Amino acid sequence: MDSNTVIAAVSIFTAGITIAIGSMGPALGEGRALAQALSAIAQQPDEASTITRTLFVGLAMVESTAIYCFVISMILIFANPFWNYFLQATPK
Amino acid sequence: MNMSPDEPLWQWEFLILNRTILFTWLIMGLLTCGSWLVTRRLSTSARLSRGQNLLEVLVSGLKNQIQDVSQQDPGPFLPFVGTLFLFIVVSNILSIVPGYEAPTSSLSTTAALATCVFIAVPIYGIASQGLADYLKQYLQPSFLMLPFNIIGELSRTLALAVRLYGNIMSGGVIGAILLGFVPLFVPILMQAFGLLTGVIQAYIFAVLAMVYIASGTQATHTLSEQPEENSKPNT
Repeated sequence: MDSNTVIAAVSIFTAGITIAIGSMGPALGEGRALAQALSAIAQQPDEASTITRTLFVGLAMVESTAIYCFVISMILIFANPFWNYFLQATPK
Repeated sequence: MNMSPDEPLWQWEFLILNRTILFTWLIMGLLTCGSWLVTRRLSTSARLSRGQNLLEVLVSGLKNQIQDVSQQDPGPFLPFVGTLFLFIVVSNILSIVPGYEAPTSSLSTTAALATCVFIAVPIYGIASQGLADYLKQYLQPSFLMLPFNIIGELSRTLALAVRLYGNIMSGGVIGAILLGFVPLFVPILMQAFGLLTGVIQAYIFAVLAMVYIASGTQATHTLSEQPEENSKPNT
């Protein structure tokens, strides 16, 4: 295996791992938040609009960690900086 | 595959035109012309034109939301937050038009929008409570927290930019990947999902901007008046 193959394999593997772990945590957190919000709405239906808005804002914040992981894995696959560097450095 | 709308379309010496700039100006023109056409002849009679109805619903809805989030008079915040919301929502919804690429799927646009929020927070804060009181807020629990408050201010700006960019860009990229191996129907569903995400992200961007501005304008005096305000996210 030359260095380009190693970089490709490691990048793809890391992108998969990134998106797997990075979506697991936010999914658990969003599920918990949603369950709490639903039970809060069930107890106090009058406050539904406030609870829903706070829930949306909170979900957006939790979700941004998953979005970071997505951006990182996209960079690893489509815009890997090391890839271009080694393509230039390798003699044809 | 085309990752970013930032690649140059047309270049003349040092002038570069890319799709981000082109579509941003298109949206700006659309919003300006649309609101000019509607507000040219406003009426107070019982029969309103459709455009005026739409604009009134939008403006009063935005006012109510800002009022709810900030617990203050929405007047001074409406132009800024409303512009942010309208620009993002129009730029995301137009992505059903073929050939169009949302300028919000470029990190430069979202970083610019987040920078506007970053600058607006101290402006509104200083305008409402004075320079000394605003700066004192950075020393809030104790002076040891000063670096963390500054880091928090910077990181939430970064989070605002990356969140919008990641959400809109992911819609486009996943659509393009799916078009490669299931070209029938599935990309349409993803487009519909992208519309939903786009509108929700515009709402979230506006609400978060409002929460940040509100936390800058009322942090000192609400702690005594309204203790329940502490539960608001302020990072």
